[in-house]
Amino acid sequence: MVTVSMEIQILFAGLLFLIGLTGFLVGRNIIFMLLSIEIMLNSAALVFVIAGSHWMQADGQVMFIFILTVSAAEVSVGLALILQMYHHYKTLDADALSKLRDNEVK
Amino acid sequence: MSTYIWLIPVLPLFSFLIIALFGRFIPKKAVAIMGVGSVTLSAIFTILAGIQFLSSPPAGGACTSTIYTWMSAGGFTADISFILDPLSLVFCFVITFVGALIHLYSVEFMKDDDGFARFFAYMNLFVSSMLILVLADNLLLLYLGWEGVGLCSYLLIGFWYKEPENGYAARKAFIVTRIGDTAMIIGLFLLFVSFGTLNIQDLMQDVSLKWVTGSPLAVISAALLLGGALGKSAQLPLQTWLPDAMAGPSPVSALIHAATMVTAGVYLITRTHVLFALAPVVMAAVAIIGAVTLLVAGFSALAQTDLKRVLAYSTISQIGYMFLAMGIGAWSAAVFHFMIHAFFKALLFLSAGAVIHLLHDEHDMFKMGGLRKKMPVVFITFLIGGASLSALPLVTAGFYSKDQILWFGWSASSSNHWLWLAGITGALLTSLYTFRMIFITFFGETKTEPDHKPGLIMTIPLIILALLSLVGGVIEMPENMGPVHLFSKLFDKILPAVNLSGGGSTELIFQILSAVISLGGIYIAYLIFYKKSSLAIRFKQSSLSNFFFSGWRFDKVYNILFVRPVVWLSEIDKKDFIDLIYTYIAKATGYFNLLLSKTQNGKLRWYVLVLTAGLVLLLTIMICL
Repeated sequence: MVTVSMEIQILFAGLLFLIGLTGFLVGRNIIFMLLSIEIMLNSAALVFVIAGSHWMQADGQVMFIFILTVSAAEVSVGLALILQMYHHYKTLDADALSKLRDNEVK
Repeated sequence: MSTYIWLIPVLPLFSFLIIALFGRFIPKKAVAIMGVGSVTLSAIFTILAGIQFLSSPPAGGACTSTIYTWMSAGGFTADISFILDPLSLVFCFVITFVGALIHLYSVEFMKDDDGFARFFAYMNLFVSSMLILVLADNLLLLYLGWEGVGLCSYLLIGFWYKEPENGYAARKAFIVTRIGDTAMIIGLFLLFVSFGTLNIQDLMQDVSLKWVTGSPLAVISAALLLGGALGKSAQLPLQTWLPDAMAGPSPVSALIHAATMVTAGVYLITRTHVLFALAPVVMAAVAIIGAVTLLVAGFSALAQTDLKRVLAYSTISQIGYMFLAMGIGAWSAAVFHFMIHAFFKALLFLSAGAVIHLLHDEHDMFKMGGLRKKMPVVFITFLIGGASLSALPLVTAGFYSKDQILWFGWSASSSNHWLWLAGITGALLTSLYTFRMIFITFFGETKTEPDHKPGLIMTIPLIILALLSLVGGVIEMPENMGPVHLFSKLFDKILPAVNLSGGGSTELIFQILSAVISLGGIYIAYLIFYKKSSLAIRFKQSSLSNFFFSGWRFDKVYNILFVRPVVWLSEIDKKDFIDLIYTYIAKATGYFNLLLSKTQNGKLRWYVLVLTAGLVLLLTIMICL
């Protein structure tokens, strides 16, 4: 069994997080952005698993299951919002939703 | 007697509190009953006190009643304490009695006004403050009343505050009298520093013991008190506010700006006459200011077109007579003229108010005319008031009081003949402008029709005051006419008598002379204004008339001398260095706000980017540290 040092593991999780963040920043499609959020969430969950395996404790995996549940709930709310958004604006472009700006600035 | 003196000023104060707090919830009738009733009760108590005072005079000629220690700090105490002596008795009588009549008159005068309750609240507060002023036994309490009447004067001049000019007139009255009041309070400080008390009786005793005649401190403090009196009594050079004060309702002009408040200066000087006697320079100034004022105001009254402004200038002029009398030491003559003047001038103002009221707020005399037959009662009362003002010999009260001043003006040792000459010229002017007013308003052809007759409530006060204006003078007769000297006898304990120079001239000649002057003035007015000679029109168009109309252009001169420099200075001050700092702080705040509000652009990805950048920054800092 190949063992990977913990630094590599954390680095991998960080990389995953960065991919998610970059995806969030560059994407304009709101579904794409929701996907990116999921990736970031999973990278955070991965850190728990890594920590659990490092200290040989089950807490990390328990935590992962919690996060999975939360993310499932989050996705269902997010998708419902996206549906509503499409219903009102007929677009999935996140930049089109900018009504909450300061009125003085155009 | 001392048990109920305090009720006299407290009753109107109590009524003021009730009307001010609940006036909008209670019906007009209740307001009227309370407003008039409280002052009437005060009048009854005053008369009771007066009868008791005269029948069994208290020891020392005065009766004090302390009801409360107002303040006590270090060596200084000031009590809420009232003193009843002949002087305050006469003032109290005029304030409550004439005040009650004017309150009664106002019930009808103000009946359609929205501010009915407000009006009575202010009037009651005024009566209360004025009574505190004259009954106070220390100068601090007197000053409280003094400022109280100033406040009420301001409130009532600007009573119809929806017209901006009325508010302007009110502010002008307040600010001009404040100049005098500032001098007065400095005078009070000076007296307190010198003697450590403000109790009037102690103070007057100390003054006569410790200060010699003509000592600088005596002269300065007398002059400062005189400053206060000049402002309140609208004498030169602070007389400019009174003609504008006519913006208030007519009952206000009658009560405050003719009968009572404007004579507070006369009261103050008479009350502190011991101090003034030690400052002959100031006494001379009082006399000269009185003489000059009565001439200046008399000439101004000659050219006015507004009925109430004629009366306003006439008031200034008559108070000038009182100052003239005080200046030559004829104290009781000044107080006597104050009382008679209160009767006939209140009568004139109330009659003029009735005329103005019935003609729908028409103030211009030249748009009236022929009112003699339209409103005979008002005509007769106005005529009686006018006759008393122009001192028609023997039959009017004004003759007795004014003749006394003119006689002392000639015969007093401290007077000189120039003062008398000013007085007698003023008498001619008085009957001239009074009958000019009467001929223009009540004779000739009718120009405006009154729509109804004045009611009973308005007429009764007029008739009572008219009677007083006729017979009020008999209580003090000239030496050669009758042995009646009730008034001067009342005062011989507290006010020094006049020193006559004893030049040998008889009083009779001067009485005939002033009678001739008074009748002559009426005859000239008859020739010019009744017969409508071309002189009237020529005078009206002349620049001299313009000069008099503007009150000798005092307003214009003050505007150039005082108002404009102050405005100019504040204009500079507005742009000064220190203000710049604050201006720039405000500007910078606005600029940063603009900058930050640009980041609030509503774009979700932009927010995430800023969030991330902030996180990175924080992490970097944490790691580096």
